Amino acid sequence: MKRFIGFVRKEFYHIFRDPRTMVILFGIPIVQILLFGFVITNEIKDAKIAILDQSHDEITKEITNKLISSGYFILEQKLKSNNYIEDSFKKGNIKEVIVFESNFEQKLEREKKASIQILADASDPNTASMLTNYTSALIYQYLRELNGEFINNVQITPEVRMLYNPYLLGVYMFIPGIMAMILMLISALMTSISLVREKELGTMEVLLVSPLRPLQIVLGKVTPYFFLSFVNALSIVLLGKFVFGMPVTGSFVLLMIESMLFILLALSLGILISTVSDSQQSAMMISMFALLLPTILLSGFIYPIENMPAILQWIAYLMPPRWFIIIIKDIMLKGVGLLYVWKETLVIIFMIFLFIILSVKKFQVRLE
Amino acid sequence: MNNITVKVENIYKSYGDVEAIKDISFTVNNSEIFGLIGPDGSGKSTIFRIITTLLLADKGNVNLLGFDVIKDYKKIRNMIGYMPGRFSLYQDLSVIENLNFFATVFGTTVDENYDLIKDIYLQIEPFKNRLAGKLSGGMKQKLALSCALIHKPEILVLDEPTTGVDAVSRKEFWEMLRKLKEKNITILVSTPYMDEASLCDRVALIQNGEFLNIDTPDNIIQQFNKKLWSIKTDNMYELRNDLKNYEYTETSFAFGQMLHYTDKRKNVEKTEIEKFLSSKEHSNIKINMIKPNIEDCFMDFMTK
Repeated sequence: MKRFIGFVRKEFYHIFRDPRTMVILFGIPIVQILLFGFVITNEIKDAKIAILDQSHDEITKEITNKLISSGYFILEQKLKSNNYIEDSFKKGNIKEVIVFESNFEQKLEREKKASIQILADASDPNTASMLTNYTSALIYQYLRELNGEFINNVQITPEVRMLYNPYLLGVYMFIPGIMAMILMLISALMTSISLVREKELGTMEVLLVSPLRPLQIVLGKVTPYFFLSFVNALSIVLLGKFVFGMPVTGSFVLLMIESMLFILLALSLGILISTVSDSQQSAMMISMFALLLPTILLSGFIYPIENMPAILQWIAYLMPPRWFIIIIKDIMLKGVGLLYVWKETLVIIFMIFLFIILSVKKFQVRLE
Repeated sequence: MNNITVKVENIYKSYGDVEAIKDISFTVNNSEIFGLIGPDGSGKSTIFRIITTLLLADKGNVNLLGFDVIKDYKKIRNMIGYMPGRFSLYQDLSVIENLNFFATVFGTTVDENYDLIKDIYLQIEPFKNRLAGKLSGGMKQKLALSCALIHKPEILVLDEPTTGVDAVSRKEFWEMLRKLKEKNITILVSTPYMDEASLCDRVALIQNGEFLNIDTPDNIIQQFNKKLWSIKTDNMYELRNDLKNYEYTETSFAFGQMLHYTDKRKNVEKTEIEKFLSSKEHSNIKINMIKPNIEDCFMDFMTK
């Protein structure tokens, strides 16, 4: 036990004396969460639109007002004719053009039917479809109010409620994803690098020719990173809560326990990587390519797994972060208990054992 | 006779097509300083790594104090102190932190075995809070030796401990090894410096993975049964060329400012060599018969 404590103390010296390690450990998580939270957002706010009103009557004005006062849109330009539409898109800052046909109010009164054309800049398809959805939703809402004044048509109105994320905030999606990504990156990358560094500097040679068991070496290496990653997990949750208003509806303790399990998983993966690489560089490459990209792309963090081709869906089953993201989303947003996430938890525990057994088998007690 | 501490029998090791060591056997006696002398790449480190259980030999047996390096490697790792050729301490840890770390790893404390490392440690103690990476070459080696000794090993394996170390520190280092030997520690040491051979009790000369000879330094020198001349003239470059093409030359090697020369003729006289060199228009010719040193012997073995 004394040996183990001595080893852990040495490891902490390494970490606290290397500025680069400190930056990766504490700088990157905070910067990333702030970046993802503030910069990358797929909500609509202040989208610039133009309006071509060929009718200029009471109703078109009211609709225009309703759109602009919603907070989603800013009226950048009033167009005079069809010819200007193309131009205004080409200038680039206008995302959507709304065209009211002429005699809008009259047609609506007489024929009970009038047309609005919504043109969106679909070079960014996600934004385009979102903008048009928002616009039509606002117009329907206006029509319903209008109908109340006119005649009461028999009508079915779908009442949509977005559960667990009523305002469709992107943060709710990003925080679990970033948490998975950061814990994966830090735990796996840092442990694999620090283990391989001992090989590179030749200190592994001395450690091997000591009574230390492989397990003691590995545990000694991993323990500090376990604690530091846990601090990271905690600060991400706190940042999410106090900066971005991400709630933790479920049990906080359960959330932390699951985080610890995931950290363990990432650490064991890091150990496995270190046993197959001989230089810090190769350890870094493997960690980056084998862990970071799949974590981002295949874990359901950004792109929904259900929409992927079947093969990728199968691969996604093998991605550790995928399960963790499901778990923390369920706990944070739906507030469920262990009863609902035990399957995913088991998958993670199984993966931990798998990686540890593999690494112990691969760990070399000699130099080659 | 002393008991045998290290017994190496017919070990062979190759890396792919390269034969690192070929069929090597030797024994080391209790509290003996045994030196492996040979140039870089001759296989010294490979032999030491096999002895320290870090590498497995392709063939052959190694036995340390009755324990087999393959079967009982865990026991052996408790008994040996190993100092690799490369500086292998933590550069971002201070002197005292390194020492404490290795002490705890071996389940002991610095105080417990302080008397063993005292002589060495006292010299680096003024710098005990300096980071190991910032020490000079000689200091680093002293620290590494302290760390290798901290658990009171019975066998000390030092791979080129004096490479890259200044002359004064080298001398001090060997004095320390002498003292350790008195404390009943068996020491295996390798070095590319031939002049350090005479400081060992017994040496093995190694070249291309093969032993040229194993004996005490004195015996090795005595086996050199030829006359050895040290020659110097004003034009050393021409001297080398001339001797190279001289029909009676057996060996001629540059040795510092001099050339060391042996002749094919049994009883050649100084005057004959002088005559030859004069005929080649050398001036200021100085020829002396000298006692051979280990390097001369090494060169001699190599040409055989």
